[in-house]
Amino acid sequence: MAIQTRRSDDGRTLTIKIDGRFDFSTHQSFRDAYEHGDQKVSDYVIDMSDTTYLDSSALGMLLLLRDYAGGDAANIRIENCNSDVRRILTISNFEQLFSIR
Amino acid sequence: MEEALVEHGALCVLIADDSDSDRMILKTLVTRQGHDVIVATDGFEAVEQFRAHRPQIVLLDVMMPRMDGMEAARQIKALAGETLVPIIFLTSLSDADALARCLESGGDDFLSKPYNRVIIEAKINAFNRMRLMHRTLTQQRDLIHARNRQLLNEQEVAKRVFDNVAHTGCLDASNIRYHASPQSIFNGDILFACPRPSGGMHILIGDFTGHGLPAAIGAMPVAEIFYGMTSKGFSCEDVLREINQKLKRILSVGMFCCAVFIDADFHLNHVRVWNGGLPDGYLIRRDGRRIALPSAHLPLGVVSPERFAAEVVHLRTEPGDTLLIATDGVLEAENEYGEMFGEGRLRQVLDNVDNGLEAFDALMAGVGTFTGTQRVQDDLTLLSLVMVASEQLTDLTNGLPQSALHGPVSWQCSYEVSDKTLGHFNPLPLLLHICMEVPGLRRRSGEVYTLLSELYTNALEHGILKLSSAWKNSPEGFGQYYAERERRLAEVDGHCIRFSLRHTATPTGGELRLSCADTGDGFDHQIWHPVGERSGAGPDSPDGVRYAGRGLALLRRLCESLEFVGQGNEVEVVYRWDFSEPRAQG
Repeated sequence: MAIQTRRSDDGRTLTIKIDGRFDFSTHQSFRDAYEHGDQKVSDYVIDMSDTTYLDSSALGMLLLLRDYAGGDAANIRIENCNSDVRRILTISNFEQLFSIR
Repeated sequence: MEEALVEHGALCVLIADDSDSDRMILKTLVTRQGHDVIVATDGFEAVEQFRAHRPQIVLLDVMMPRMDGMEAARQIKALAGETLVPIIFLTSLSDADALARCLESGGDDFLSKPYNRVIIEAKINAFNRMRLMHRTLTQQRDLIHARNRQLLNEQEVAKRVFDNVAHTGCLDASNIRYHASPQSIFNGDILFACPRPSGGMHILIGDFTGHGLPAAIGAMPVAEIFYGMTSKGFSCEDVLREINQKLKRILSVGMFCCAVFIDADFHLNHVRVWNGGLPDGYLIRRDGRRIALPSAHLPLGVVSPERFAAEVVHLRTEPGDTLLIATDGVLEAENEYGEMFGEGRLRQVLDNVDNGLEAFDALMAGVGTFTGTQRVQDDLTLLSLVMVASEQLTDLTNGLPQSALHGPVSWQCSYEVSDKTLGHFNPLPLLLHICMEVPGLRRRSGEVYTLLSELYTNALEHGILKLSSAWKNSPEGFGQYYAERERRLAEVDGHCIRFSLRHTATPTGGELRLSCADTGDGFDHQIWHPVGERSGAGPDSPDGVRYAGRGLALLRRLCESLEFVGQGNEVEVVYRWDFSEPRAQG
């Protein structure tokens, strides 16, 4: 399971890219990906272009990130989901909490 | 024991050799390295010495009188059991076959004569490391075994407690079928069903994030709230809101419960369904047509009470229509190639059934065939609910304990709900609670609740909100009716509904007089005909079954009398009960 992070040039946007299955085994590395960032980060992008699968604990991890990033004030985009991933996000109605493209 | 000593380097080493000189040389070399040495002059003695002293490492000559090294090795390994006791053969043999036989008999390595001090030291150290590693692994394995046993015991206890909290349901009702693993609670799955005082039932099927105890913990309060509020007569929206706010408060962020809530009404034959995060449920009509019930909400426990949406889908049903709800364990059931069952296969199975009654078996068989027989789907929960006419459900008991205590017999009270409170407060549980203080009425809670709820619905929906029950004659109108109800309810103001309750004793039981008045315009009750009585079907009902207006007909059947007062905006009913057994409902 690979998680890569990238900071934008101005340091305000943190992109977290998840390869393969996004499930409980990713828990620690996903947390590490955003918790060690500094205070400047205001926007988060979750890049799912290479994410093959998402389970309910991954949904929980997204909620943890949202909480960390300010709850209702969080600015998190979920991008490039394949249809399976998209379906799971839709069933859970996560578009009400995240901006999903 | 002596293990502390061992960690610091001093080992107890057994040396068995029938040659006095070889034995002396080796003993001297090993002793100089700081180890304690015990000796034996043949294999037989070596086994005896091992039994007496339990040395950590054994050096065995191959050829010895009475018992050779290979037999001694076999016996020592057998005595050592699980403990790793490295055995090193001392040999001048160079024949490969003979050396191989030494290892087959249980030896771990050779040391060739004549001895080299450096090699001896290195081998003893290497085998000591291996021995310690083996010991650590064994200890850890035993610890894991013990912990696992403890965990299973704890789960067993937790499950018993949980079963006590959740057992009172009506999952055994004749129109419910379900599959749930006995340990499903530790997969995070929940399935509850509870009769409503009015005769219908509430069903909650859900799936918590995660596995094990963390997933099971949330199920306890959900069961308490679900059963407690449902049997007190709270609406499905009220129960959902309460569960959501409770879970939001107690669960850690990232834990939540995907769920479907079903409110089935067998009198009026309709269902109301809330889906937050579970896969599409289906309403399968008698003729096999099906309506998907997709998730429309966030799961329970995610958002704060202010943002929580409890809107339900209303569906009109007929006896024989079936609801089929599954947790995502069904879609995620894997076959031996790691493929998931998926929505496509689920729809295929449903395409091939002729009616809803077959759907449950067909789906279970479909998943079983797909996954192979080896695992009986541990973490999937599947439920089917067949809609029936209420007369068919006489086996539903509300499980409320009967009290032998004397309660109030002669009393009266009035209760008025007004203005915006009408839009968000349901007074029925409170009123039912007051009536249930009368022991004789407690056994008839279903009928009493029906009286209260039909009077209230009539006053609110027709009297104040001015909704036309004629809308409910068509499936589209049915949905429109409830949408409009929500809209008008949100805007309601300047109105009130007043309940007056009066209970008196009679020689054989008691009499409950209920009146319900609203501030609406009333209606011309002179022309009102209850369904199925007097003139039968009205002109607006070609099929002879008028859907709406059933509420008042039901009241008339349950009560001694029903009267409209004033312009029809007040209804008074008289309900009598006696000490004999309550009649079957319906």
